Amino acid sequence: MSTTWLTIGVLAVLTAATKGAGPLALGGRDLPTPFMRVIELLAPAILAALIVVGTFTNRDGEVVLDARAAGLAAAAGVLAVNRRSLLGAAVAPRSSPPASGP
Amino acid sequence: MTMRAGMKGGLPVAAASLLLAISFGVLAQPVMGTVAPIVMSAVVFAGSAQFGALAVLAAGGGAGAAIGAGVLLNMRYLPMGIAIASSTRGGPLRRALAAQPMIDAGWAMASRAHGRYDLPYMWGVTTVCYPTWIAGTTLGVFAGDLIGDPDRLGLDALFPAFFLALLVGEARGGRLGIVVACLGSLLALALAPLTPPGVPVIAGCVAALAALIPARGRS
Repeated sequence: MSTTWLTIGVLAVLTAATKGAGPLALGGRDLPTPFMRVIELLAPAILAALIVVGTFTNRDGEVVLDARAAGLAAAAGVLAVNRRSLLGAAVAPRSSPPASGP
Repeated sequence: MTMRAGMKGGLPVAAASLLLAISFGVLAQPVMGTVAPIVMSAVVFAGSAQFGALAVLAAGGGAGAAIGAGVLLNMRYLPMGIAIASSTRGGPLRRALAAQPMIDAGWAMASRAHGRYDLPYMWGVTTVCYPTWIAGTTLGVFAGDLIGDPDRLGLDALFPAFFLALLVGEARGGRLGIVVACLGSLLALALAPLTPPGVPVIAGCVAALAALIPARGRS
């Protein structure tokens, strides 16, 4: 039982530290333009990596082809017909221009 | 108010989180007991890391191995945190706190042009996902007998499909964004058999460095 609680406690602290490290070290100021260009492309890079890892690998990290690939193909088909339909309400409010920031 | 927009935009994520959390609760209860999975969802609040650590514990592994698996699966939060860094305001502690409600979907949905992040939007997404994550875990823990084996429900395909929708609908960076997405997925897939879970996604981040290729070289 203590193994479980030790895992939870340490993982909670390390998760918070991993999330907070970037803003702690680099936050609150503008970073060089090339750096910001890399950051802009980080979302497509990470989303794509999460998609293939979540679809084509099992929990042991082996590359597999199973029902999840068919599920993703079906989702891709829906998106090809209507690229917004899967998200629907999720994306709609974002069509309005973002509040002007500093 | 972009936080309210984030809460609205986060509703599909919250629905998916609820289902995934139920399956976590079902799988965790026999291994961790009744209270621990719920506490874990409340204080760790990171799906892949929770499933990863649970898999180690279920296989009889120790705390060190379980923590190691969880940390590796959470390692992507480091580049994700760096990405939102320049959008955070205030003192160091406040900036680190601003990053705590960061989850994959909300982070990607809050991504704006020129590398900026709409943090209130990201917090809004988490505002609706955090309660459903805990509620789902609780439901899974207590209703496990009714639900049976959650793996047969195909919930694994839920988030990849959702991320694909985000990628198609929201992709930043135009044509280069598409190239980066292809490159990132290839890097992740190539490393998956060779590295522990979590590392392939970090490798996929490397694709974003394509932004440093001079503009005239790309077009």
